[in-house]
Amino acid sequence: MKHLIPEFEQWKKRFPPGFESSLVMPCVRRIQEDRGFVASEDIDGLSTYLGVPRIQIEEVLSYYTQFRRAPIGRWHIQTCRNVTCSMRSAERLIDHIAKKVGVAVGETTPDGRFTVSTAECLGSCGTAPVVMVNDTYHENMSIEKIDRLLDELK
Amino acid sequence: MPGRQLIMNFPVTATSHTLADYVARGGYQALAKALAMTPQDITREVVASGLLGHGGAAFPVGRKWGVVKLDDGQPHFLCTNADEGEPGTFKDRWILEHAPHLLLESMLIAARALQVRNCFVYMRGEFDLPYRRLAAAIEEAYAGGYFGEKVCGSDFACDIVIIRGAGSYVCGEASGLLSSVEGKRGYPRNRPPRLTVKGLFQRPTVVNNVETLSNVAGIIRDGAEAFKQLGKPKCPGTQLVSISGHIEKPGVYEVEYGYPLQKFLFDDCGGITGGKKLKCIIPGGISTKVLTAAECEPLTYDKESLEKAGSSLGSGGMIVIAEDTCMVRLLQVMLRFYHHESCGQCTPCREGMGWMHKIIDRIVAGDGRREDIDRLYAISALNDGTTICGMGDAAGYATVGILNKYRDEFEYFIEHKRSKLGGNLEAVHA
Repeated sequence: MKHLIPEFEQWKKRFPPGFESSLVMPCVRRIQEDRGFVASEDIDGLSTYLGVPRIQIEEVLSYYTQFRRAPIGRWHIQTCRNVTCSMRSAERLIDHIAKKVGVAVGETTPDGRFTVSTAECLGSCGTAPVVMVNDTYHENMSIEKIDRLLDELK
Repeated sequence: MPGRQLIMNFPVTATSHTLADYVARGGYQALAKALAMTPQDITREVVASGLLGHGGAAFPVGRKWGVVKLDDGQPHFLCTNADEGEPGTFKDRWILEHAPHLLLESMLIAARALQVRNCFVYMRGEFDLPYRRLAAAIEEAYAGGYFGEKVCGSDFACDIVIIRGAGSYVCGEASGLLSSVEGKRGYPRNRPPRLTVKGLFQRPTVVNNVETLSNVAGIIRDGAEAFKQLGKPKCPGTQLVSISGHIEKPGVYEVEYGYPLQKFLFDDCGGITGGKKLKCIIPGGISTKVLTAAECEPLTYDKESLEKAGSSLGSGGMIVIAEDTCMVRLLQVMLRFYHHESCGQCTPCREGMGWMHKIIDRIVAGDGRREDIDRLYAISALNDGTTICGMGDAAGYATVGILNKYRDEFEYFIEHKRSKLGGNLEAVHA
């Protein structure tokens, strides 16, 4: 993570001085974006840089579902399974994606192409069902649309 | 649109979210006015407006602000709650995507009133376009001199940053949100002390929802009296209602408080999917109590009317449920969610959500026991008021709400080992 420190220093200018631990969430996120996951050496580096105990960063990593300690597939397919999406075909969509990709929910394909997950409400109920691929929302999804999308993701 | 508008009062175009367009439609005039006012006068105006919180609890905004003691020699913080995650709710996203400067201007006015130097926006981690839009607006606002050492050339200094969440529903609770901003697990905290006394880093902190704050600029620009012309005396203004589910025209609508609910559902939103009959609505996010079609009929959309009917405005996330929908399966989806999102800090919620989830799963699997309905009631009662945050209570309210009104469907499922309604969640079958 050391190469990210100049970027973090820029961020600091708008943060309240003396309250550096408010940079934990943004820094962890940036590290994960950079490496694809958070490695042990990142925890050590961030702990030293921010003056925050290592255990605090470990706790954060194990608490938030979006943070991960190991790499996942190139394309992370997350289908919302909450109330409105379920009322608009999300259950069938989730079954279909798992079958098409060939792994169960929570797993990654052996070639590292896809990781299939479910998510709780993504705040996109008006355009349900919604599938999030990496950072991007795909709204008003259908089995036809997801088929086309999955074929495009190499 | 259902009634008059305060927020969605401009046409959305490819550039309507930019600083130039915002200024062209009168943006940042309220900030200029606020900079000429004393902080006390700004708060007085907000108190006089009667503005209520739009995040779920409908707490009077002015009363929250009034607790912060100015000139107490410590830093104060302002945190905007953009951790929109209550199932059914997607209204703050509209503001973040289409009117980010309205939020920023309002935050500057609030910061001025509360003597805040450092502002935070805590946004859920999944939001991508809302994040990019707000981040771009912040850069525009800094470049335009609205943030920084000298806001609009005055002696008022103010900075702002966005903190992105990482997938925790509980962080939408104000104290859990602050724990997360502090770089910790999103554990809610016991009150007292109130967050306005000891909040972020133990300093006085105001946490307001995106939509709540976005009303402040208009209140300062046009005055509290003008604001109170809209809505109802005890519930002035408007609510961004995000409506979804079995409804023809889902989306975000700005509803003036007091607007007839039937008219909203059937005229503005086009009625139920496929011309079906209405079974019930969840009026404000799944943690508010369900209202049957018959209960909905006489209601107007405002705090008093929904509370009289035994529910509440909540977060404005309205879910419409058509006839033939299996309420047992629906509750199963809800309880799975609550179980998944319990932060694990308080025993009644951590264990109780798991028990409830297990019970509903076994009912749906056809292994329900006669005493399971009573058990769900008992666990709901056990959670009520025994946890640090309101999540345990909310899950109980949602469960009891459905059990009270659709008990027959649960009894049928347990007795016959199958759904009375074919287990349907979808209104239109492929």
